[in-house]
Amino acid sequence: MKTRRQGLLLLLPCAIALLLLFALPQVLMFEASLGRRSAYGGIVHDWGLLNYARALEPLYLKILARSLWLAFATTALSLLVGYPVAYWIAVRAPVRFRSALLVLVILPFWTSFLVRMYAWIFVLRSEGLLNLSLEAVGLPRLGLLYNDFAVMLGQLYGELPFMILPLYASLEKLDRSLLEAAADLGARPRETLWRVTVPLTLPGIVAGSVLVFIPSLGAFLAPDLLGGARTVYVGNLIQSQFAIARDMPFGAALSFLLSLLVLLLLFLFRKPMRAAQVGR
Amino acid sequence: MRGAVRIEAVSKAFGGVPAVREVTLSVDPGEFVTLLGPSGCGKTTLLRLLAGFEEPDAGRLLISGQDMAGMPSYERPVNTVFQHYALFPHLSVAGNVAFGLRRGACPPTEIPGRVAKALEMVRLTGLGERRIDQLSGGQKQRVALARAMVLEPDVLLLDEPMAALDLKLRKEMQVEVKNLQERLKTTFVFVTHDQDEALVMSDRIAVMNEGRIEQVATPEELYERPRTRFVADFLAVKNLLEAEVVEVAGGLASLRTKGGLVVRATDDGGFSPGASALVGIRPERIAIADAGPDAAAALPGVIDDEIYLGDTTDWRIRLGGETVTVSEGAATAQARKRGDAVRLVFPPDAILRLAESPA
Repeated sequence: MKTRRQGLLLLLPCAIALLLLFALPQVLMFEASLGRRSAYGGIVHDWGLLNYARALEPLYLKILARSLWLAFATTALSLLVGYPVAYWIAVRAPVRFRSALLVLVILPFWTSFLVRMYAWIFVLRSEGLLNLSLEAVGLPRLGLLYNDFAVMLGQLYGELPFMILPLYASLEKLDRSLLEAAADLGARPRETLWRVTVPLTLPGIVAGSVLVFIPSLGAFLAPDLLGGARTVYVGNLIQSQFAIARDMPFGAALSFLLSLLVLLLLFLFRKPMRAAQVGR
Repeated sequence: MRGAVRIEAVSKAFGGVPAVREVTLSVDPGEFVTLLGPSGCGKTTLLRLLAGFEEPDAGRLLISGQDMAGMPSYERPVNTVFQHYALFPHLSVAGNVAFGLRRGACPPTEIPGRVAKALEMVRLTGLGERRIDQLSGGQKQRVALARAMVLEPDVLLLDEPMAALDLKLRKEMQVEVKNLQERLKTTFVFVTHDQDEALVMSDRIAVMNEGRIEQVATPEELYERPRTRFVADFLAVKNLLEAEVVEVAGGLASLRTKGGLVVRATDDGGFSPGASALVGIRPERIAIADAGPDAAAALPGVIDDEIYLGDTTDWRIRLGGETVTVSEGAATAQARKRGDAVRLVFPPDAILRLAESPA
């Protein structure tokens, strides 16, 4: 009994933090989402589901679908770009450079995301670094900014470290003798990659994908700054409900639905995720 | 020529540190050859050169008559049993054994049959669906063997495959692997640091030291007639004595050791009067003669120390200025204790002339 009580006691700080910083805000937000916008942007607490009905209108569902697509594309692209990078750092690069290379991956975090997005504007805009360079070698300027390409680029740039780090962790743990064994049994490098390396680093792939997909679903900075706010994603929508439209109840309802969607996706993919853990 | 291995003056260094130095060795088809030596002697590097995980800096490697230069490991007609098995944890036992077969070399319909046959060969029938982490050490060892042998390689390379097994299981596996090799007639190149294992399993043993082969011989020959100080020391010749040749006559050489012990050795033609010589004597070849016809020729000594080893006891016996180790079976050893006076007989043919290093 005593050890059990001690166990619960040890759990307490974690439980309190979770309660105060996660559960309570969710409850507050849910309560707010049931209310109504007051004339001056406050919340009128008369409970109803009007905001949810509104959020499920085709217009908003389309925005949600677009956001899902953006999150999916960001995840797929970061996996495509991040895997070779993580593989190179973990397996190929000389051991003595490994830490330095990892620091380079993390380095962008030292600057605020907002500032980094502005930096991309300077690179991509019509008088920007890239276009001036193109002009200097006699090539025509390209419309690089304020389109889907710029949004995608910003997303990829922002999320890539979250993909590379878990991938690196699982690739680094990969037993090198397994790669030798595969070659010894006749597998060419490409075959070894698909039959040994990828299956054994599935936990890293799943972890990286979850870490990239979830924030991408609510992304609003890159679409706003690099996309020129021409295309609305659910993140922009929520942000504008709170900051511009001053309709907090509707924003809360959208946020709550987004949270539910993420939970639902995690639930649907629980099997492959668990399988990936067992494969370790 | 299938299954033959020729290693010609092969050298390999890592970051300027030589691991294998001008090693030359031929292995006949169907032969079981062991590379024996302490850790760091280059035996594993030599095996990895054969497998294609490393490329030699100099020299030539031929397997089944084919030059291996620049040939990647996935094209070589060899397979490897790795020290820590290197089984794929995400695949079942059958999945591991089938790994090399799923490459078009074998029609897909034949795969289950060949996997089953390979598992039967290593006595794992019925365990095909097990996960790797559900296997014992001995079972993993067998899966690794089946996975490599199912591809019917010209040469099987084994890198200390028994190192992780406990003693009893290791003894069983030694006999089993040896029997398997004799049945299949595949060439085996086996790496170990365990001299007993090498003696039990091999047709020939190559003893390696500091990247070089010191001696290549059959187990009997190696045991009876080690040629260098290193080989003798490694094969538990516990008495290594530096001596001076006093005279050579009638097929016997009289030697006086640095400690003043005078013994007679069978002359193999390598002793010359006045020269210094290094000799080794196996502790079990020195007889303790308490009485009987030998006692007259025996040399008196005193027991200094006792090392109890179970079935035998090692006595440290002082004879004047020299101390030698003598092994005695448990049956007679009980009668003795430290401080006892004993008489020792050194049979001339037990005294082995050794070189300091290979010529």
